[in-house]
Amino acid sequence: MRAAEAFIKALEQEGVEVVFGIPGGAILEIYDALYDSNIRHITTRHEQGATHAADGYARASGKVGVVFATSGPGATNTVTGIANAYMDSSPLVVFTGQVARHLIGNDAFQEADITGITMPITKHNYLVTDPKKLLRIVKEAFYIATTGRPGPVLVDIPRDVSMADIDFEYPSKVELMGYKPRYEGHPMQIKKAAELIMKSERPIILAGGGVKISNASKELVELAETIPAFVVTTLMGKGSISEYHPLCLGFVGMHGSKYANYALAESDLIIAVGCRFSDRTTGNVAKFATQAKIIHIDIDPAEIGKNVRVDVPIVGDAKRVLATLKKYVEYKQRKEWEDKVKEWREKFPLRYKKDGFKPQFVVEKIQEVFPDAIVTTEVGQNQMWAAQYFKVKHPRQFITSGGLGTMGFGFPAAMGAKVACMDKEVIDIAGDGSFLMNIQELATCVYYNIPVKVFILNNGYLGMVRQWQELFYRERYSATCIGCEKVSFEKIAEGFGAVGITVEKPSEVLDALKQAKEINDAPVVVDFRVDYQAKVLPMVPPGKSLKEIIDEED
Amino acid sequence: MRYTIAALVENKPGVLARVASLFRRRGFNIESLTVGVTERDDISRMTIVVSGDEKVLEQVMKQLNKLIEVIKVSDISSGSVERELCLVKVNAPPEKRGELVELTNIFRGRIVDVAKDSFIIEITGDEEKINAFVDLMRGYGIKEIARTGKVAMVRGAKK
Ligand SMILES: Cc1ncc(C[n+]2csc(CCOP(=O)(O)OP(=O)(O)O)c2C)c(N)n1
Ligand SMILES: [Mg+2]
Repeated sequence: MRAAEAFIKALEQEGVEVVFGIPGGAILEIYDALYDSNIRHITTRHEQGATHAADGYARASGKVGVVFATSGPGATNTVTGIANAYMDSSPLVVFTGQVARHLIGNDAFQEADITGITMPITKHNYLVTDPKKLLRIVKEAFYIATTGRPGPVLVDIPRDVSMADIDFEYPSKVELMGYKPRYEGHPMQIKKAAELIMKSERPIILAGGGVKISNASKELVELAETIPAFVVTTLMGKGSISEYHPLCLGFVGMHGSKYANYALAESDLIIAVGCRFSDRTTGNVAKFATQAKIIHIDIDPAEIGKNVRVDVPIVGDAKRVLATLKKYVEYKQRKEWEDKVKEWREKFPLRYKKDGFKPQFVVEKIQEVFPDAIVTTEVGQNQMWAAQYFKVKHPRQFITSGGLGTMGFGFPAAMGAKVACMDKEVIDIAGDGSFLMNIQELATCVYYNIPVKVFILNNGYLGMVRQWQELFYRERYSATCIGCEKVSFEKIAEGFGAVGITVEKPSEVLDALKQAKEINDAPVVVDFRVDYQAKVLPMVPPGKSLKEIIDEED
Repeated sequence: MRYTIAALVENKPGVLARVASLFRRRGFNIESLTVGVTERDDISRMTIVVSGDEKVLEQVMKQLNKLIEVIKVSDISSGSVERELCLVKVNAPPEKRGELVELTNIFRGRIVDVAKDSFIIEITGDEEKINAFVDLMRGYGIKEIARTGKVAMVRGAKK
């Protein structure tokens, strides 16, 4: 059988339903074989869009995202998307075409060393040099991408390999000498953790993206209720517990609420689950939670002890470890701590000045009209306002580029999420700058009728950078004005065949959102002309500890 | 501190690049790295000497372990036999040849090439011994040095 056909058959066996990509010379053979398959292919308008879409698809559904791209520029265009997925541990398998084997190394037309380029941003990658190994590599790629700590895997397939003749023998299992993820936490360590919890007077759970990846939300909530412990999340962990749950204090770190940051900073025990203590979460790491002991549960041993000291490390899958841990702890009231947190919560709520047309107000209204929607974000102020003011109920409801902070992620990710969950509303809370980075995917959404909604908090600036210039560079606004108040996103949307709406004042917000909600047969872009001076607050200034968080009037 | 790490890796193209890339990306300092075949033809052995503190060592080992093609990583900084091979091309005018032969014998080295005005001397041993020998040779004028980097193996159990 032609290798390309065998390859497509292998994808079918892996249960692949959708592929995002763009064809080209080196991958033509594979696209030809795809023609006869039931696998759906979404031709995006840029390979970066394809990788982010596959990433959004994976995050919304828990399935693996699959990308096809051709050699050279097609492959290099996937790089940002791959790095993004790598930082946020999202399972992707990216297949790239490569020039024929005899041409590799000769600087042939559209040759790029994509396995070399992506080595540090993939969980693993392959250059297929022998057609007989193709199917085994495909099997391994899916296995590696989806097990343990998930991540992107790239498989580079030379054109002549895809044209070769091979037998279709798809391996049923994978044997890798050097890859054996550990799922079960060590029982002794779990018991030690339980002892610490029982002794603690001010325990807090810090939930990261790993909780969502492991589908461990139920176990997380049960443990929190049993102890009981307040839960704060990282940005990636947002939604791992419903933000309507009384124990949930929302997200912490640079732009978390004061009360959540205080609670984390003042706790005497942090039960960290599936998070990696990034600098955005910990603030100045030397001054991070100085009075607390730390239990760190993570499937990746390399995360433990990487950024903060850990008292009880537990390597394992969050779902299993949390379920076991719960069995060893008992309810214990900690009145003083509860009262303290309650006091912070009342005294330091999230707030903003309500004059003018505030972006925070728009997000609050989005929340009101679309409480159950899957929300993706772009990067910058829009992302932080979305995180602060859109309360989510479900684990896979909030999708954001946490680790890499990729402008242009949100919109294609929304497209991918919508493809995965056609029955759900999917919204991209966007910035004007970010949206422009992958706006071409509007064409894709129109063409395939993927009716996502893009709500642009249009401030005419690279707002987050402007905010830093205002606060830390004496208001020297170097290169951050992008003049998008002069851009008609409404007309651009219409030009693509989508629906465009412009909103100039607060009183129009609700109507526009309701109007957008009614439209389900086309993508909708709503351009909110918000106050360009609005800032994301509170904020832990860089280099400061969580306790040194500043707010509007500080 | 310097640590010696032994890593068993799959014998596949690109593994060395992956390991090197990892060290560069994470900012770990490699002092030396050697690769060679083992008793199994599908497995190679790397001996890596890194400098850093204990935290660096822990991260190096964990990050190496994360590479799919790395099978086993061990810290063999203590209790192991360590060897390195060194070739030194040194000036050898007729009047110095006797001394050089003598020194080579004391260090249990071998003269593997004799030219009109120079010798190539082969010497094996642990790092200290080689450094000592190289220092001695400086007095004669070293023309060229090639060192293999260290290989190491944990000693067998002693009763
Ligand atoms: C691809 C990329 N380039 C540059 C940056 C640096 N950066 C971070 S936030 C930001 C501004 C984003 O502007 P916009 O999308 O309008 O969002 P706003 O902050 O105004 O809400 C920039 C340029 C980035 N995160 N990603
Ligand atoms: Mg902006």
